[in-house]
Amino acid sequence: MARTLINVPPKAKRGEIITIKTLISHIMETGFRHSNVGVRIPRDIIDTFVCTYNGEEIFRATLYPAIAANPFITFHTVATESGTIAFKWTGDKGFSATESVKITVE
Amino acid sequence: MNRRLSSPATRRAVLAAAGGACLALTVRPAAATPAALTLAIRKVVGEADVKPGKVQIELPPLVENGNTVAMSVSVDSPMTPKDHVKAIHVFTEKNPQPNIISVQLGPRAGRASISTRIRLADTQKVVAICELSDGTFWSHSVDVIITLGACLEDNLI
Repeated sequence: MARTLINVPPKAKRGEIITIKTLISHIMETGFRHSNVGVRIPRDIIDTFVCTYNGEEIFRATLYPAIAANPFITFHTVATESGTIAFKWTGDKGFSATESVKITVE
Repeated sequence: MNRRLSSPATRRAVLAAAGGACLALTVRPAAATPAALTLAIRKVVGEADVKPGKVQIELPPLVENGNTVAMSVSVDSPMTPKDHVKAIHVFTEKNPQPNIISVQLGPRAGRASISTRIRLADTQKVVAICELSDGTFWSHSVDVIITLGACLEDNLI
């Protein structure tokens, strides 16, 4: 399981725009590099990142090899109700990681 | 006398032609976008017109290491259900693959702004294109100078 680091404010006012920062450990091997014996290193990247807020999708990103190792993505959302914000990363070689955080909206 | 009169005219013609050729040589590569970049953009926008404006890329103008470059893209939009940003796409000119990231947003985002860290292989142009809910496309491009490009450390592993 890849290590993840999520930053979401635990409490927010209703209607407030909150910033969500996500980081996941992953090599993001581009597939364009060669080893020292000239063999091409196969691509191994995270290609999809989805964020859902109480089950509803609020953000989706398609990543390409041009994203640096350990993908860091920052985005925003409106705090509408208390509940769970869930994150899912999927990629090559069957990679999949999920994480979720609770948020209280007053 | 005859020779004196005719020779400056010839020299002028030669110089003008040389100057023109020089200008054509220097202007052409800067204006032409590589086919792969144009193709990748066309795949996203289709036949629609892409106008400059609304979207803004933030990238350092001079980068020492192309392996990790902090980039943020923001769009000037009220993000209401009627008028919001549907998607943001970022492309490069000289990386092995023209796409960097594609993001889908909605009115629930509140603010159309993302940031991430990217790889850049060479000194080049980075283009961001945003799609608004009314179906229009807007773009912004920045030039970045890279001292050490990504994808060059082949023999280090």
